[in-house]
Amino acid sequence: MILTLNGKQELIDRPLSLDALVAAKGLCHDKIVVEHNFSIISKEDWAKIMLKDQDMIEIISFVGGG
Amino acid sequence: MTMEDLLRLGGRSIKSRLLIGTGKFSSYSLMQKALEAAQPDIVTVALRRVDASSQADNILEYIPKACILMANTSGARNTDEAVRIARLAKASGAGNWIKIEVVQDNKYLLPDNLETLKAVETLVKEGFIVLPYMSPDLSMAKRMADAGAAAVMPLGSPIGSNRGVKTRELVEILVREIKVPVIVDAGLGSPSDACECMEMGCAAVLVNTAIAIARDPVAMARAFKEAVSAGRTAYLAGLAASGSVASASSPLTCFLRNETE
Repeated sequence: MILTLNGKQELIDRPLSLDALVAAKGLCHDKIVVEHNFSIISKEDWAKIMLKDQDMIEIISFVGGG
Repeated sequence: MTMEDLLRLGGRSIKSRLLIGTGKFSSYSLMQKALEAAQPDIVTVALRRVDASSQADNILEYIPKACILMANTSGARNTDEAVRIARLAKASGAGNWIKIEVVQDNKYLLPDNLETLKAVETLVKEGFIVLPYMSPDLSMAKRMADAGAAAVMPLGSPIGSNRGVKTRELVEILVREIKVPVIVDAGLGSPSDACECMEMGCAAVLVNTAIAIARDPVAMARAFKEAVSAGRTAYLAGLAASGSVASASSPLTCFLRNETE
């Protein structure tokens, strides 16, 4: 399947949950927010979401800004 | 004993009238030291896509826990994008204070007041404490206040330009006419600019670039803190009237020439 992660396409060759995707990217849970197909997904629900072809995922965190 | 001069904002009593933005610092640890020097109660942050290849620190660990975090919607070009960013910020656990920033113009970064107003309406209904960055237009400021904005944040001059309060005449009108606090945001380049805003009766100022890119950001943070405090005290003291001719401040001593006074 092909996912769009933060605007970039990624080819994934195995079933993958949202939780596993976050883990595979080495991202720390407590500083990110995840949007799946424009819906914000709370951390407890990441494991419940199995990703599908053409899914859009945004992973966001805080940075400096005025 | 005098009453402590607190700013009522978003249901909170705020001590520091200097809000600090966290962009452009050369490191988070330097930013942290500047925040310690400025002692703000409200600190702004932005949201960005995570770069999985970089293991950047979590900025929130460098911001004092007592500070109110206010995410901005920087990068939003319309109402929907601003609302989307605001919801993401809230979901991240940063609280419900949001600075709405809707900009389509990349040259001057001037805000789109109409899209901003629509975002205020939506986000207030969703329970956010909403502070819109706006062009100082009286009708729009009134509409934003009526829609439930906790404050209005007119620009002094373009973001990061350090040009000072070029919008002074219009901001003064907002200070006189708008019921919610007026916080000058953007363009304040020096402590004297911040002081000027406070002397005009603005409730607070938001400063980022002028501190972050100063040669010594920590000392500059302290200078802004002192300037905001001085300007506020001057406003409360009531500035003396200005005139076009001299008014002697010492007695004109007539005995030198044996004249009657």
